[in-house]
Amino acid sequence: MKKIILSAALLAGAATQPAFAAGDLFIYTWGEYTPPEMVAKFEKTYDVKVHIDTYDSMETMLAKLKSGAGGYDVIVPGHDTMTILVREGLLEPINVSQMENYNHVDETWRDVFWDPGRVYSAPWAWGSTGFVIDSAVVDGADHSLKTLFEPADAVKGKINMLRDVNDVINMALRYLGKPRCNENPEDLKAVLDLLTTQKAFVKSYNSETKELLASGEAIVSMSWNGYAMRARDEKPTLEYIYPKEGYTGWMDNVAVPKGAKNLENAKLWVNFIMAPENAAMITNYARYSNGIKGSEAFVDKALAGAPELNPPADAPTPEFLTACSPAVTKLYDRVWTKLLR
Amino acid sequence: MSARQLSLSSRVSPRLADLGLLGPAIAVILLFMVAPMAIMFVYSFLQAAPYGGVEWTFTTEAYSSILFERDFLDDSLTFTPDYLIIVARSVCQAGLATLLCLVISVPTAYYIATRPERQKNIWLVLITIPYWVNLLIRTIALLFVLRGDGPINAVLMQFGIISEPLPLSYNGFAVCLGLIYSFLPFMVLPLYSAFERFDFRLLEAAYDLYASRRIAFFRIVLPVMRPGLIAGSLLVFIPSIGSYLAPDILGGGKTLMIGNLIGTQFQSARNWPFGAALSMILLTLTLLVLLWLARRAGQQKSDCR
Repeated sequence: MKKIILSAALLAGAATQPAFAAGDLFIYTWGEYTPPEMVAKFEKTYDVKVHIDTYDSMETMLAKLKSGAGGYDVIVPGHDTMTILVREGLLEPINVSQMENYNHVDETWRDVFWDPGRVYSAPWAWGSTGFVIDSAVVDGADHSLKTLFEPADAVKGKINMLRDVNDVINMALRYLGKPRCNENPEDLKAVLDLLTTQKAFVKSYNSETKELLASGEAIVSMSWNGYAMRARDEKPTLEYIYPKEGYTGWMDNVAVPKGAKNLENAKLWVNFIMAPENAAMITNYARYSNGIKGSEAFVDKALAGAPELNPPADAPTPEFLTACSPAVTKLYDRVWTKLLR
Repeated sequence: MSARQLSLSSRVSPRLADLGLLGPAIAVILLFMVAPMAIMFVYSFLQAAPYGGVEWTFTTEAYSSILFERDFLDDSLTFTPDYLIIVARSVCQAGLATLLCLVISVPTAYYIATRPERQKNIWLVLITIPYWVNLLIRTIALLFVLRGDGPINAVLMQFGIISEPLPLSYNGFAVCLGLIYSFLPFMVLPLYSAFERFDFRLLEAAYDLYASRRIAFFRIVLPVMRPGLIAGSLLVFIPSIGSYLAPDILGGGKTLMIGNLIGTQFQSARNWPFGAALSMILLTLTLLVLLWLARRAGQQKSDCR
């Protein structure tokens, strides 16, 4: 009898601890964003087993985090969501600026408004939200949002807009020359009118822009720059446009949610991704720029000169927006509902 | 079987045995149906927290905002048809899908039920085969079939029947087709079992007694079919009205149905109480339809006698 109890206890002990790794790391991030070879390298270096779950929007991530479910050690929030997470006390202060690899972080991304002095987060990747045209069908030489909002006949019915309330409304506000995170009812009325007129020419509101563009279902589509490059791989006539009226810039950051179980492993990961050769893997895989100096040397040649990662000299600088106030979120949702009702 | 039942009831008191047999089902219903609904009900009367979640202050705002909104310009409380339109569209789409499923299913079910025993099983398996594949994958597959570069348009253009691709996808037509495609077997199977139980000698008897085809259908066939018709209609209507995937993928996200509206409230709009209130309304709508059908069925039964 004693023997049985003893072996049962041994079995139970063995079951709770994976035999192949000294620890675990649970990452919650965007899909197709974490290079598998980078994960393999991390697992080998630190003898930690990495588990990855993915989300498709910041709202999904935020909702899961707020509902108390999770058990994640690392999350990858966009810069506007960072502001909310910091304000709501949902992040662990891991003092990124004290980490060994922090000296590789480009100065531009050090004292950022969403995390002054980098207490909570390290830069993962950054990009822009512009639009893509099929240059075989339309001419994008004037780089204007007019292509989307007052479309040429060839484009009518073949426009795709991102399914993202904020991105779409902000783009409309720029076209109208109005400020972003706008609470002014007159301006929002104008936005609704503009988008309603445009809706007649819109094929779909969909965030899978790569597939729509590559298949030719959409001739013009709002898109993130990394996705635009992947689409161009499949269809060389596609061209990413930095709108002259301005466009949104964004940065995803690596942070640790409050109460993470594997805090030390999470810190190891944050430090690990700031090493230039590792950051380069992110760019090579996800096709977005990273914020790490010296990573250029390790980035694929084809990517180094790509127009999607290198805005032309005359393009406006990307606008990094803060999260809009709850009042604005509510107004935007009403515009969106009225548009799609 | 009966011997075992006897021995069970003779050893344990019958009430205790009932409780033991019902226990697992009741536990599942309480845990996975009643509890989440209670949470939804409570949330629908709370205040939305700024970044998702709820604040524990009682308010009926979530319900009033379905019909009334603060005006964009002068902040006065005005009537808004927006959400009613979305609810009405959902009811119409689901109703249309149910009706079309019915039209397709009656002959199908009749055909299968009148086959020899061995063929029946083959047909039934064929009907359920699509269900071995996940709904999301089937919906995306249907999108690829309907799209401008899909096989339907390719074939039609190849033969010169059309010069431009037909607008089959990203519109109401595609949504309706998607709903029918998704839920058709739920209509066929109950109708099949109704037809299968139908005694065709009754029909012969009716004709012998000089009933016209019309009268034979309404007095003999329909009453027997009714349970199958009602069950099938409910099984199609209820998932259709709350459908999320079809409008999202096949409709291109251009028009909302109530399921999408609820999804938006829990995600980008970050208004959980409003989403919860909408869910309660969807539930009420479904229950009303159920009650109406149940009452009608009851009436018909007493009419027959």
